[in-house]
Amino acid sequence: MDESIARMQRLASLLALGAWILAALPAGTDAAVQETQQTSPAPSQSRDEFSGWIAAEGRLFFHDPLFAGQRDQDASVAAQPEYYHRWQDGSAFTFVPFGRLDSADPERTHWDVRELNYLYPRDDWFFRVGVARVFWGSTEFVHLVDIVNQTDWVEHIDGEDKLGQPMFEFSITKGWGTIDFMILPYFRERTFPGRHGRLRPELVIDTDDAIFRSSSKERNIDVAARYSRTIGGLDFGVYIFKGTGREPLLVPSTFLDPNAPGEPKLIPFYEQITQIGADLQYATGNWLWKLEALYHDGYLDPYAAATGGFEYTFVGFAGGRSDVGLLVEYAWDQRGDEPTTTSLFDNDIFLGMRLTPNDAATTMLLAGIMQDVAESESVLRVEASRRFGSHWRLSLEAWWFLAAPEDSLIYSVRDDDFVRMEMAYYF
Amino acid sequence: MQGIAGIGLPMAIGMILLSPVVCGAQTPEEKGRAIAEEADRRYSGYGDFTARLRMALRNRQGQTSERELRVRTLEVEDGVKSLCIFDSPADVKQTILLTHTHKKQQDDQWLYLPALKRVRRIAAQNKSGSFVGSEFSYEDIATHVLEKYTYRWLRDEACDGQDCYVLERRPTDPRDSGYTRQIVWLDKDQYRTLKVDYYDRKQSLLKTLTFKDYRKHLDRFWRPGDMNMVNHQTGKSSQLLWSDFAFRTGLPENDFNQANLMTIR
Repeated sequence: MDESIARMQRLASLLALGAWILAALPAGTDAAVQETQQTSPAPSQSRDEFSGWIAAEGRLFFHDPLFAGQRDQDASVAAQPEYYHRWQDGSAFTFVPFGRLDSADPERTHWDVRELNYLYPRDDWFFRVGVARVFWGSTEFVHLVDIVNQTDWVEHIDGEDKLGQPMFEFSITKGWGTIDFMILPYFRERTFPGRHGRLRPELVIDTDDAIFRSSSKERNIDVAARYSRTIGGLDFGVYIFKGTGREPLLVPSTFLDPNAPGEPKLIPFYEQITQIGADLQYATGNWLWKLEALYHDGYLDPYAAATGGFEYTFVGFAGGRSDVGLLVEYAWDQRGDEPTTTSLFDNDIFLGMRLTPNDAATTMLLAGIMQDVAESESVLRVEASRRFGSHWRLSLEAWWFLAAPEDSLIYSVRDDDFVRMEMAYYF
Repeated sequence: MQGIAGIGLPMAIGMILLSPVVCGAQTPEEKGRAIAEEADRRYSGYGDFTARLRMALRNRQGQTSERELRVRTLEVEDGVKSLCIFDSPADVKQTILLTHTHKKQQDDQWLYLPALKRVRRIAAQNKSGSFVGSEFSYEDIATHVLEKYTYRWLRDEACDGQDCYVLERRPTDPRDSGYTRQIVWLDKDQYRTLKVDYYDRKQSLLKTLTFKDYRKHLDRFWRPGDMNMVNHQTGKSSQLLWSDFAFRTGLPENDFNQANLMTIR
């Protein structure tokens, strides 16, 4: 039977499953409005909270896999419960484990402690110890300067999922701004798809045999300090990071040992770096300007990189209640298209549109295209989500690798166009 | 009005009757502004407050969806700083909206997204967008800043069983607002807002907001417990039910700094 027909049938059945789930749910409203009169937790009272989500996800790839062992589709379930306790003095304990079971790729079946920390806040400073998540940055398409937490790449190729990072953090806020100090005593290796996973390089990445520049390996003590401030419509931050770089260089095993037995693989190499980064966002009228920049000094030649652009919001688009945002961003990397690096965004422009209908279901839609200015590399992504009832959220997402020339980093994923559907229950 | 009170009452009446010049000394604009100033004077001075807010969104068919949030508000020299912390629906739990309302320049606003631990600036000078899918716009829920409107007294009339002033207010900068004008009913006794009619750019009546269940806090500050917004053009409505007010709780100003939003809960 024709392969493409079989694929169409699988796509149709996935969509039919989606339609069935939608039909089975109450239509965008809370069928029964329940009285949820809780006692009021004023800021000074102690309280416990248990929340989180569980989700079922399906990913369907439009084309046959390029490499042996890869599958056409995968199904998975994931959960991220959260426990929060707050004491009367305002200090708080947070525990957020995460886990996923994946049908296709054992590397994607993984678990993590996203957060496990104790926070001690005072009026103008706080102290935090444990596993936590910190985000630095402002742009929408490339997260260039966000460095504290390692990327959970096998979770999602948008790079927005992060592994929990053990840290000691001290932060102080005064009239002159905020200073954060961090000691990061343990390094987390980046996750990558395994042999059976899609969206990977031709050579399998061997995450079990990573090599480190530091003799302490993952126990190297990293440090970071950041100054940030808000002045009117402007938020900006500058930081210095010293330690193990989060983004590995991927080295072919044949390069390390030409006589190594077995098939060639890619070995992650984690260098020691000093990185200076800056991020800002500036709001004026309906414009939001964004910029991120960094200087990176590591194992190879030092380099600089930057990304920036704007988002313009049309409030009440076309006389209705929807907001439409237009996004334009550009990314530049001094290293250019060198094959030794994993930088995809060396001279690329991003055009995007964010649609916010402002409806009761909190529907969101974001579409964006990435186009290399010099090469033909081109990627289109669309993501949308809405709530059903008061606890369910459906997300749909699709990525198309429209043009992936042979010398490009995305050449190995040229046939990995996919659609992803997720139904999550929040509690 | 204080000027009139200083003169003997009969003389004042006589002057008003006899002299159109004196009568015109307080124009409808001046009177409107004076009433708005007095309402503002009585509303403010609370320092800070926290409250719980339940929001019910109803469509034309009567189907309802709910949101729950906690509000923390702090008066500062240049205006008001406020936090809206969402408790439900569960998928937006822990989302925080931080607003710095300024008397003169454009307001600052940030959205904290808990899944990414990320703070995003909101750049929308025009505050006419819907607040979390409700019939309230950001402008409607924001603390009123006297300087952002011009006022005109229209008439006195009975409303809700009380004697009321009826004012018209128009945005000082039309780009800041989704409305051309608002008609406001305030009771003469306590200067509490009882009703607002909102008119859109086509000058037709868009929405009506009614305030009920007023209660007095700290023996001085009147706050409504029930605010109901009806959209006449769509038939949808949104109700805000306030509870658990606490005034002068000593909120630290650093809680209203975008750099600290991830520690707020």
